[in-house]
Amino acid sequence: MKISVVLNEGPYQHQAADTAYHFIRAALAKGHEIFRVFFYHDGVNNGTRLTTPPQDDRNIVTRWSSLAEEHNLDLVVCVAAAQRRGIVDQSEATRHGKDADNIAPGFRISGLGQLVEAGIESDRLVVFGD
Amino acid sequence: MEDIPEEEYSGGVVKKFMYVNRRAPHGSIYAQESLEVVLVGAAFEQDVSVVFLDDGVYQIRKDQDTSAIGTKNFSKTFRALEMYDVEKLYVEKESMQARGMTEDDLNVPVEVKTSEEIGRLMEEQDVVLSF
Repeated sequence: MKISVVLNEGPYQHQAADTAYHFIRAALAKGHEIFRVFFYHDGVNNGTRLTTPPQDDRNIVTRWSSLAEEHNLDLVVCVAAAQRRGIVDQSEATRHGKDADNIAPGFRISGLGQLVEAGIESDRLVVFGD
Repeated sequence: MEDIPEEEYSGGVVKKFMYVNRRAPHGSIYAQESLEVVLVGAAFEQDVSVVFLDDGVYQIRKDQDTSAIGTKNFSKTFRALEMYDVEKLYVEKESMQARGMTEDDLNVPVEVKTSEEIGRLMEEQDVVLSF
């Protein structure tokens, strides 16, 4: 089955980011295709490489990056939500005159249309977060 | 909204999309960012419906004034949905009643449906996004 995932909560505060991650791994293990993972609302905070959790805890951000690399996942951060919350890639930083970018490897910033397209193209759109 | 890249979809697939708004308009950003999805999604020419239930019924309450809390009053944007051909707006009857509201308190034309009717509508959908 072709599945897309929407994640609406940031890392650590809620379990949603963990649950989404484990769901995707389980789905991939069962042979399903993950068409796209779309990060919206505070979910965009999953995509900053500046996250530095204590060493004895899981690193939610690098975990996403590794999973993306391993399975060639399309991790898309909503541009409008990202701009509000300070998640930027190089071109966004240049465009808005910021002195740095912080997007994590494996993530890309794009529009909400990617979410709608995921809903159209996938057999199931599974939403995590309040 | 000008920062959102224009995206076009020409796949020809039309699915039933339902956006479910359950939260009060202010106090969290969910309602405002939900509306952004509806507006962008409208360009994809899907079969869209928008439901307001629980505290979400407050989102389309008329005469909102956010000047005292310094946040954006986006309630007027709901009136623009019609221009985007988003015309199926449903409000849950029970949620309105529980909050002492009637259709006269709303700033957009809606269809009032019972919880059971909305449940049936949800079952017909291909994609349900709840905010």
